Amino acid sequence: MSAARSAVPRWAAGPLARAGTLLGHHQSVSIVLGGLVAAVILPAIALLPPFNGFGTQKDWVGGFANAGVFVLLAIGLNVVVGLAGLLDLGYAAFFAIGAYTYAYGASGFTGLDIPFWIMLPVGAGVAALFGLLLGAPTLRLRGDYLAIVTLGFGEIVPVVILNSDPYTNGTNGITGLSQPDLYGLFGVNGFGFTNPWPYFFTVVVIIMVAFMLLYRLEDSRLGRAWVAIREDELAAASMGINTVTTKLLAFAIGATTSGLAGAFYAAKLGVVTPDQFGFTVSFTALAMVVLGGMGNIWGVAAGAFVIYEIQSQGLKQLGGFVQALHVPAFALGPVSVDLGSINFLNYQYLLYGLALVGMMLLRPEGLFPSRRRRRELREAVDEPAELKIEELLEGTES
Amino acid sequence: MTSTAAVGVAPSRPSLGRWSFPVGILVSLVVLYAIVANGAHEQAQDQFINALTIGAIYALIALGYTMVYGIIELINFAHGEVFMCGSFVSWWLLTTLGFSGAISDPIVLAGVLVLAFAVSMVVMGVVGVVIERVAYRRLRNAPRLAPLITAIGVSFILQNIIYVTVSNSIITIPQIIPNPVISFGPVAIREINLFVIVLAVVLMIGLQAFITRTRLGRAMRSTAIDREAAQLMGVDINTTIALTFFIGSALAGAAGVVQGLYFGITAFNIGFQAGLKAFTAAVLGGIGNTTGAAIGGFVIGFLEVISSVYGYGRWSEAAVFGALVLVLIFRPTGILGQAAGDRA
Repeated sequence: MSAARSAVPRWAAGPLARAGTLLGHHQSVSIVLGGLVAAVILPAIALLPPFNGFGTQKDWVGGFANAGVFVLLAIGLNVVVGLAGLLDLGYAAFFAIGAYTYAYGASGFTGLDIPFWIMLPVGAGVAALFGLLLGAPTLRLRGDYLAIVTLGFGEIVPVVILNSDPYTNGTNGITGLSQPDLYGLFGVNGFGFTNPWPYFFTVVVIIMVAFMLLYRLEDSRLGRAWVAIREDELAAASMGINTVTTKLLAFAIGATTSGLAGAFYAAKLGVVTPDQFGFTVSFTALAMVVLGGMGNIWGVAAGAFVIYEIQSQGLKQLGGFVQALHVPAFALGPVSVDLGSINFLNYQYLLYGLALVGMMLLRPEGLFPSRRRRRELREAVDEPAELKIEELLEGTES
Repeated sequence: MTSTAAVGVAPSRPSLGRWSFPVGILVSLVVLYAIVANGAHEQAQDQFINALTIGAIYALIALGYTMVYGIIELINFAHGEVFMCGSFVSWWLLTTLGFSGAISDPIVLAGVLVLAFAVSMVVMGVVGVVIERVAYRRLRNAPRLAPLITAIGVSFILQNIIYVTVSNSIITIPQIIPNPVISFGPVAIREINLFVIVLAVVLMIGLQAFITRTRLGRAMRSTAIDREAAQLMGVDINTTIALTFFIGSALAGAAGVVQGLYFGITAFNIGFQAGLKAFTAAVLGGIGNTTGAAIGGFVIGFLEVISSVYGYGRWSEAAVFGALVLVLIFRPTGILGQAAGDRA
């Protein structure tokens, strides 16, 4: 930062420094600016080569809107995993609950047609309720149990949706969901399913609002309590933090964000089916948080965007690129390798798995770490395996 | 972290006599039989044996969860995938040897079975040791979140290695055990069921004997109780933990072979649900307790069969998950678990 600043002429140094201070001290300003920049630059990038060769601007903007859904998922999961240090492996369940809530509120299936803008918070609220219901019994237990219970919950929710035909229409899902409507504001009535622009701008606004709220939370008493619990639950409890309520709040806030993303996603697709919400969604969101940098909301958002674009565009284009190279098939030991015929999309989750393990071993703080998290994770890994004070204390506690 | 789990240490329950355990098992079996019979009618016996067989598979997987948790307090999410890989090893072996169906010659059959189990158990045991060495050992003193994340990462790696290299759909495994019904008086049991149940019981007794009677078993127990103290007493912690992973993964490998023999199919994604159910079994029995894990496995087997004979087969997963949540709420230490403040 300082190197960059020294390179600017003296007359600009003052205002730039002031702008830097403003951005540093008023995250809301940087968030709004970041959102606006993303809203302008991303569609512009889609027009530049080589990106314009991969699809029309419309395709790209639609893709960005979907990426926005995953950014929302990731920054919500970041509160649970990154700030509070709880491993939630059933995050997609809340995504599904938000989406189905929207489907109930705004489709021919129930005959209701509640506006999108009302169903958005309702979907988030219902997901939060389920988060509380699931978290209340399990958050009293140790973290590992939360991981396995959420894993089970994430597995059960799609099964329940699949099996409850009369209420969810089973495998076929609920179709014909209403589109959002701005009632003529900005000249937009129904969003339609062919025009991605309103969805893109909507998701940017939703992300900006969520970002601000989550950022404020992180810097609040509650946020500090999350970090305290993550770093040492026992010490946090002795300092008077109610660990169960605090963890429950983190869990519920994560679920809320997931439900919000689900409601938006359902409205954008116009259809919900149980197979959209499998474990791979939870796993992808986790990979986004870990790769982006647990605890750093900016890093997580960037990680989510990059990973989404790699999986939706990058791997596909890589396949086309390798095919265009016309590498002849060669033998690698007993296996014959034909690079041109490889479908790189199949390797997606293998890559995530490798990335997760490699990341945790080599750079546990993620690509864009928060300073505090980095120090915590580094210290712990680098410390030699000798008797530590905490372990001595732990041995005597029960 | 240290004072809680103990691999294989049966809890002392002075208030109940020494016969309480076998009597409890017997009474439970009678009650379970009645429940199954009430739903299954004329197939009562078949379904009862089916439940025992499925339960044996879950029990074998659950042992690995409980041993690893007992010794390093980590939920090894990759364990279910080890089971899945074990089934693929046996598929590879049997098809490479050119078998496609039942083997009628008992000597050949016995030889092939021994070979299949030996290969699968050793291969998966080694895989387990490699997983521990690469993914978990360095993180032993890291924040708890770190090894959990690598565990889930390893599970995806294993699953997707099979997915991209072997098959992305269901494959059939030759069912080499012929299927005549053997009758013991009024009890009729198929050879395969008998084989699976006997095998599981033999492996469990062997494990129990290993843990309680041998030097290495004692090293495992002491490491589980207090790692530092065990180290001070001269126990090689790394070897002991690697050994635990080897045994646990070998048992999962054996379960994988059984999966092929009994169901005749496997797929790259069977490990996930099997792992979840087996973990539930381990929690149900009291995690860290090998006897408990075995009992938990059979409980899950019965839960599954009972839900299917009463016509709710599609809900069996929900039933297992419900059981997990209920146990965690009302008795987080499980059926046989010791009271452990840290864990609960």
